[in-house]
Amino acid sequence: MAAFVIRRILATIPVLGMVAVIVFLILRLTPGDPATLLAGDNATLAQIEEIRRHLGLDRSIVVQFVSWIGHLLRGDFGESFFFKMPVAALIADRIQPTLSLALMTLIFTIVIAVPMGVIAANRRGTWVDHAVMTFSVGGFSIPVFVLGYLLIYVFAIRLNWFPVQGFKSFDAGIRPFLSHLLLPSLTLSVVYIALVARIARASVIEVLNEDYIRTAYSKGLTNRVVLTQHALRNAAIPIVTVIGMGVALLIGGAVVIESVYNIPGLGRLTVDAVLSRDYPTIQAMVLLFSFIYVMINMLVDLSYAVLDPRIRY
Amino acid sequence: MQERGLIQTLLGLAATAALLVSTPTARAETTLRIVMHSDLKILDPTWTWAYISRNYGAMVYDTLFALDKDLKVQPQMVDTYTVSDDKLVYTFKLRDGLKFHDGAPVTANDVIASLKRWGARDSWGQQLLEFTKSLDVVDDKTVRLTLREPYALVLEALAKPGSLVPFIMPARVAADEQITDTIGSGPFIFKKDEWRPGNKAVFVKNPDYKPRSEPASGLAGGKVAKVDRIEWISMPDPQTAVNALLAGEIDVIESPQHDLLPLLEADKNIELRAASKRGQQYMLRFNFKFPPFNDERVRQAALASLSQINFLQAAVGSPKYYRTCQALFGCGTPLAEKVEGDFLLKSDFAASKNLLKEARYDGKPIVIYQATDVNSLNPLGPVAAQLLRKGGFNVDLQAMDWQTLIARRSKGQTMAPADGGWNIFLTTWAVEDIMNPIVSVALSGKCDKAYYGWPCDEKIDAMRLDFAKASDLAKQKKIAADIQSHAYKFGFYAPLGEWTGPSAWRRGHVGGVLEAPFLVQWNISKK
Repeated sequence: MAAFVIRRILATIPVLGMVAVIVFLILRLTPGDPATLLAGDNATLAQIEEIRRHLGLDRSIVVQFVSWIGHLLRGDFGESFFFKMPVAALIADRIQPTLSLALMTLIFTIVIAVPMGVIAANRRGTWVDHAVMTFSVGGFSIPVFVLGYLLIYVFAIRLNWFPVQGFKSFDAGIRPFLSHLLLPSLTLSVVYIALVARIARASVIEVLNEDYIRTAYSKGLTNRVVLTQHALRNAAIPIVTVIGMGVALLIGGAVVIESVYNIPGLGRLTVDAVLSRDYPTIQAMVLLFSFIYVMINMLVDLSYAVLDPRIRY
Repeated sequence: MQERGLIQTLLGLAATAALLVSTPTARAETTLRIVMHSDLKILDPTWTWAYISRNYGAMVYDTLFALDKDLKVQPQMVDTYTVSDDKLVYTFKLRDGLKFHDGAPVTANDVIASLKRWGARDSWGQQLLEFTKSLDVVDDKTVRLTLREPYALVLEALAKPGSLVPFIMPARVAADEQITDTIGSGPFIFKKDEWRPGNKAVFVKNPDYKPRSEPASGLAGGKVAKVDRIEWISMPDPQTAVNALLAGEIDVIESPQHDLLPLLEADKNIELRAASKRGQQYMLRFNFKFPPFNDERVRQAALASLSQINFLQAAVGSPKYYRTCQALFGCGTPLAEKVEGDFLLKSDFAASKNLLKEARYDGKPIVIYQATDVNSLNPLGPVAAQLLRKGGFNVDLQAMDWQTLIARRSKGQTMAPADGGWNIFLTTWAVEDIMNPIVSVALSGKCDKAYYGWPCDEKIDAMRLDFAKASDLAKQKKIAADIQSHAYKFGFYAPLGEWTGPSAWRRGHVGGVLEAPFLVQWNISKK
């Protein structure tokens, strides 16, 4: 197991290396010039050129790349072109909102989607199953920003139950923290719940047809024990896989949700950086998201061994 | 059974959510929360032309002179000043008690360093310094500016409201290339430790600020901070900002999107008013470097095709917030000059086609850049394309985001339209930034050193210089009228009408919003 973990961690290095080269080149090839944006609309070309020199953008792409990689290897993500602040500090400042949003969304998803899928499978063909499937299709179809605005209108503006926007850190108290996070997490989790509930239903239905389930029933085990201890456990691998894969969905959704609910997280930092062509920040964010994604996939792989004793690394 | 338990769990979760029903967040009574037109990114208002940095500068710094609401120059940091009979020597004496946020007094050295820094970057500042023989310290509080030859716009330049503004900074700060120091002497102190880029910027009242005794007027008069703390909340989604204002989570939106105004107008708790009654003027700019707009007749053909009302209806919508205006220096300004006839008010497609025939326009597509992500600019491109097509042009409308547009725009100096360059782009200007021939950079004819489009016209630069030397308003008006007439004949650009963007705030909670070129935040009170 330890050797597997070490191998997987080492395998992230070439992946991140590739990502670094690709993101660096794509940014340089994409139209847009941070110096022009920094200067503003009335700046002359000479003034823009001066800013470009100041940012080091007048150097060749190779020199810029070597300089960036050199700093990166020393753990330095560079300085934001716009904010004149270390990118690491910007990320550190934004990580709590996004992490809170992601965790809350995951909790909602696991707590709601898995039971929904199991119930739908157990009641296959009944109105409960149809309701879960309808929710699943609807949840998957509705754009996340539309759902966000709908929930804001109903729960924040009409009912005044929750704030419209913003984020309060955990230090501000559990109540403001949760009240600011509930609606965004719920909005983001709907698509995720729809996806996981569907997979959970399909996996459990497949398992329920297995011989050992029939054996379990014939031994006189209750429906609950059969479902939770036999069916769900054996259906867990596809469910965990889809939860892991769904992190990409979550990252994409967080970008939208953080804008709709005005949450100052990593998603918004990424969008702002892209719109303003803040190269050091974009590069760091893409690397960070890649690293997170690779790590989550590794955790998913590791969880297989826990869920299925036959799997050994 | 187990399903019932599960349903109970779900209901329990819903109940927990209901228990977390929020109460309004506790906050100081005098904290004003404002959503500005964009996020504050750069803390150096003499480094960038971005309006948000200018607005930040107005909070943190002060100026020697300022424009009142009628655009008249008034002393601000200056207590008294004298002008020699030959109009060559200006002596400025600073007010008593002016202090920077770190407690250091504002001195003549600070003033000189700041003006030199500003003059090295701002086009008007450059012209002023070109006319300046010397800037000298007379004593700690007195500065002497000696000119080589009379320059009529000394005070106007020092009161310039649009980017770049001649803000007075500490001399040690003004020496730096791009500053991150935020020490100024203005009515508010920037809380750099609380600044969260992309989230919020915080200002607190400067307890040592000594406002002038005159009532606040425009950017002039007593800058009295009436709230203890101001937070600029960054909200990239305009709908979220409107929702937050309706829910009372913020107090002011500086520039709500025009298509969201009906939502705000429908709420009796919201007040809408434009800080600047002059607003902004749309502009269609030609690229003089490449055919066909290197030919004056083709430019005239384009001007004949255009009609301001089409642009204004598409981009602004409600007539409450727009007006047609043929005056190149803005309607309602001292130099506003009427134009005879329907020029730019009514399209004359037949005249356009005749001019194109005369110029032997070869039918090659003209490239128009359209900024799709800037709500106030997005509709302009398609309207221009439609009108120009009717006028006989073959049009290639290219949609892109604003960032791409401004990057590609600068390449249009050397890159032909067929290779990615452009023939036309559209933008908007605050009227205060075009209100005279000097500040209006689009009227420069200095070829490669001119504003995007790069027209070559020695005559207009000579006329602009005459304007700068004109000794009184009557002469200035005459020259400005001549410049306008010449600029239209030459076809520098097409003004496409004026529009205002009202600010929105909570009625009864927020008061004292001043009429000024932009939303100034002194004098604003909050209940």
